[in-house]
Amino acid sequence: MSPAEAARREDFRAILGLVKPGARVLDIGCGEGALLELLGHQKQVDGRGLEIQPANVALCLARGLAVVQGDADHDLDDFPTRAFDYAILSQTLQTVRQPRHVLSELLRVAERAIVSFPNFGHWRVRWSLMIRGRMPMTGALPQAWWETENIHLCTLRDFTQLCEALDLSIEACAALADGKPARAIDPMRAIENWRAEQALFLLSRKG
Amino acid sequence: MNAEKDATLDEGGGVARLAGPLRLDSGARLDQVEIAYRTYGRLNADKSNAVLVCHALTGDQHVAGRHPVGGKPGWWTQVIGPGLPLDPQRHFIICSNVVGGCMGSTGPSSINPETGKPWGLSFPVITIPDMVRAQALLLDHLGVETLFAVVGGSMGGMQVLQWAADYPERLFSAVCIAATARHSAQNIAFHEVGRQAIMADPSWNSGDYASLGGRPEKGLAVARMAAHITYLSEAALQRKFGRELQRDGLSWGFDADFQVESYLRHQGATFVDRFDANSYLYITRAMDYFDLAASYDGVLAEAFRRARHVQFCVLSFTSDWLYPTPESRDIVRALNASGARASFVEIDSDKGHDAFLLDEPVMRSVLAGFLDAAGSARGLA
Repeated sequence: MSPAEAARREDFRAILGLVKPGARVLDIGCGEGALLELLGHQKQVDGRGLEIQPANVALCLARGLAVVQGDADHDLDDFPTRAFDYAILSQTLQTVRQPRHVLSELLRVAERAIVSFPNFGHWRVRWSLMIRGRMPMTGALPQAWWETENIHLCTLRDFTQLCEALDLSIEACAALADGKPARAIDPMRAIENWRAEQALFLLSRKG
Repeated sequence: MNAEKDATLDEGGGVARLAGPLRLDSGARLDQVEIAYRTYGRLNADKSNAVLVCHALTGDQHVAGRHPVGGKPGWWTQVIGPGLPLDPQRHFIICSNVVGGCMGSTGPSSINPETGKPWGLSFPVITIPDMVRAQALLLDHLGVETLFAVVGGSMGGMQVLQWAADYPERLFSAVCIAATARHSAQNIAFHEVGRQAIMADPSWNSGDYASLGGRPEKGLAVARMAAHITYLSEAALQRKFGRELQRDGLSWGFDADFQVESYLRHQGATFVDRFDANSYLYITRAMDYFDLAASYDGVLAEAFRRARHVQFCVLSFTSDWLYPTPESRDIVRALNASGARASFVEIDSDKGHDAFLLDEPVMRSVLAGFLDAAGSARGLA
């Protein structure tokens, strides 16, 4: 992804809007480092990344980013408590083995977490299952069931319930769809669970 | 300097006599220590571009340019040179022969000033921290207060980690390649085979081969042959040699029938021309004694507690079974836990441990990216 392409991605723009300048940021599942680079350029963050694919990590390092090869399930545990202002988990939660553990770890290592994921409650997903009897293939879920890395898909409602169970407060939530600008939503409203193709949350610990 | 000089490298160097004695971990003290070193490039006006490169077990200070003995290229010309990650036009690169070595630094083959004879086995046992202490004194001698980077592979990587533990205030960044924070039982075992081979050679003469006018060449060659296998991978050996024969048909004897035998014999034979057997004993011992966490109640992260400001880059290779990737992961975990800024990647290569010395484009691009970014942060052009 070129820097120009990255700058146009609506989910990245939404994340940029949430991060304060100069913050310490950990991007988990940072891929080739496009978001980290964008955050560095536009928000002057002190950015670090965690990425599972060695080829991606090598690309990140060649771009001058500080990235560690590792996975969210195991390697977050090593980071000290509150080492970061933000932990970002962009389109990765549904691929980890232990989403609940990872989510609580995010809010141990950072003051705030920014989490985005495809909403399995979106009407197209429901339509595919109910009418066609097939696993959905949509814009947010473009791969067939046998090739996807997604192993823990959830709906907006599932996610807000997990946040409640972990005693997390939802500071902001936005819906993303088809490259349109992010739309602030109330994730508790049932209608949004139908309408949001992807959801982006800003979370913090309560109290 | 007998070797041709490459003007683009802007080479310098010599032998530095360290000011003051070198206190060793063993409790012993070396009063007069000489360290042979090479430099490439120039120290800039604000003295912010110095890079220390630490060599591996059988390496030396001739990291770039041409070696004065034999005229071979330096051991890391893949990484150091114009347009490469370490560039004499931007960096002031220093590489010194470790204390205990045999390429001009004080070691067991040096003359003991008290006896007028070579030290031999009366030379005190040295450690990785001792090597680093001598390097720090060399930097004092050269007027270099802080390092933009300390870089090394294998035993050089161990020295990098020791630098981060002992002199973090003198570091801006650190690159540790294909290394470990402590020698494993297997590592020690292989070294012991090498040492026993040397000591079993009658010419070794309890370390005093100088008085016989000979050298334990057979023992040292066998030590090198055994060690060399650990630097390669099974896949690399198979690809290079397979079961290919030297000549048509078998000899039905014990000549070097297979190409791999001939290759190893050649490795052993050429090694004895350039390396001292007692130095081999001392340096392998230093590596075996290396256990960075041991001085910190076994908690490796504590070793890096004062190095939080240092930018680290840790690299390993998929086919390195001498210091396999989990060893590097342990280092990275400790760095993360200590709050240091760490980068880490396991590079895909079938060349085994020696990959760090070879042409590995991914290693080069990763090093370039890391050092460029650190250079910008340091304000280097």
